[in-house]
Amino acid sequence: MVTPLDEVFREEWGRVLATLIGVLGDFDLAEDAAQEAFAIAAGRWPRDGVPANPRAWLITTARNRATDRIRRDRALAAKAGLLVAASHVEVPMNTTTIPDERLELIFTCCHPALAIEAQVALTLRTLGGLTTDEIARAFLVPERTMAQRLVRAKRKIKAAGIPFRVPPDHLLRERLDAVLTVVYLIFNEGYGGREELATEAMWLGRALTELLPGDPEVRGLLAMMLLHDSRRETRFNDGELVLLGDQDPARWDTALIDRGRAELDRAIALGGRGPYVLQAAIASLHSETPCDWAQIAALYGELARLTASPVVELNRAIAVAEAEGPEAGLRIVDGLGLHDFRYLHSTRAELLRRLGRTDEARAAYRRARELTDDGAERRFLERRLTELAGATGADNDAPAPG
Amino acid sequence: MKYIMLIYQGSALERQAALTPEEQKQVYADYQGINQMPGVTPMPPMGLAENATTVRVEGGKTLTTDGPFVGMKEAVGGLFILEADDIDAAIEVAARVPAARYGGAIEIRPSEVYW
Repeated sequence: MVTPLDEVFREEWGRVLATLIGVLGDFDLAEDAAQEAFAIAAGRWPRDGVPANPRAWLITTARNRATDRIRRDRALAAKAGLLVAASHVEVPMNTTTIPDERLELIFTCCHPALAIEAQVALTLRTLGGLTTDEIARAFLVPERTMAQRLVRAKRKIKAAGIPFRVPPDHLLRERLDAVLTVVYLIFNEGYGGREELATEAMWLGRALTELLPGDPEVRGLLAMMLLHDSRRETRFNDGELVLLGDQDPARWDTALIDRGRAELDRAIALGGRGPYVLQAAIASLHSETPCDWAQIAALYGELARLTASPVVELNRAIAVAEAEGPEAGLRIVDGLGLHDFRYLHSTRAELLRRLGRTDEARAAYRRARELTDDGAERRFLERRLTELAGATGADNDAPAPG
Repeated sequence: MKYIMLIYQGSALERQAALTPEEQKQVYADYQGINQMPGVTPMPPMGLAENATTVRVEGGKTLTTDGPFVGMKEAVGGLFILEADDIDAAIEVAARVPAARYGGAIEIRPSEVYW
């Protein structure tokens, strides 16, 4: 159950931790101190009430804990006769104007010198406040593996000199794209059914729009996530994938669609026409009935020119097939080199099926099935194969020659 | 921060050999420029890996073999020491090393005090 106190913790964790890292200059020390402060608050606040400025209370308490620990360590080191480097813990802090350093934190966590899995894990742990165990479960790896990944990442930040700062202008665009990629990856993990990750990604996306209100791509990403998420309830039926065209629009979450469109409008007003804004615009058109497929195909064309991605071209083919007929879509698909990409084969299969070229459709569905591990997608492909067998007689379901 | 910048040539030496004399001059000038940057301590240029000799000691016995250490996919082609504020500054210097744009790569290793 989520209590109001959990909400406060959720909102404050990233900000408190970011401030502490800024003051202490050490991820581990800051994280331990923050954890202690939150634990004390969890014990004390329900009894004594929440302080007037919870954030200042948490930061002050955590900082005092960290200072105690540094003094203890220093005393210990002094006894051992070792030199201790000066620490900037003694810097006085005005708790009424605490700077928000979450942006510094997210740029540090998403630094390209870290492995992408480490970037994702660190972002979820530090900004999102997920526990190591929660992140491990979301990514289906043992907790020990995830704990090690986090430890190694934090060690590298220190050893390699990854700075805690918002990158200078000439690096900003590239580094911001890296941050957006991490958020998008987290969302995509959640799209496969692990809802907590999708929710987390949207929460991070919203935080980013607060921190960088003038960037259209940041808004575009949030808009795209909200619009995709509005269809969450209808994308699966008994664990089986339901295609967009077979979904019941009445069950889409209109509140999320409205929020997504509002973000999209703001992104466009800011002059945005980058990859995330385009994807959000496409997702917005998908939420309309009837769907304007010609417009969607045009936007995919624009996106393909920006990204040079054959996967985007594949999506354009699907939109073209809807707008101009399966033949036109198939021509685009057959010109793509994605021979080991399962969606190429499932798309070909679908278009061939619509054209009544059943044998070729069946072969393509089988190829897609060979390339698919995901349970829900496999069940979908199995059902299509069964339907095709029913349409032309079970004898034809013999393995294709070759 | 002190970084040790390791240069791997990859296909860079071959590709640079195929450049026009003007372009080759630019490559030399770029290396010279890096050597003169503040924070950079150049090392003597490294000879070819084929002229390397590798020494290992097994059971108190010194084993000497011809060539670079075979445990690595490719031998280090050169190195320099860089004193820089942080890894972003080091990445910017690394990106200016010609090998990096002709099919080689630069590995940035933070220096570490072990004893």
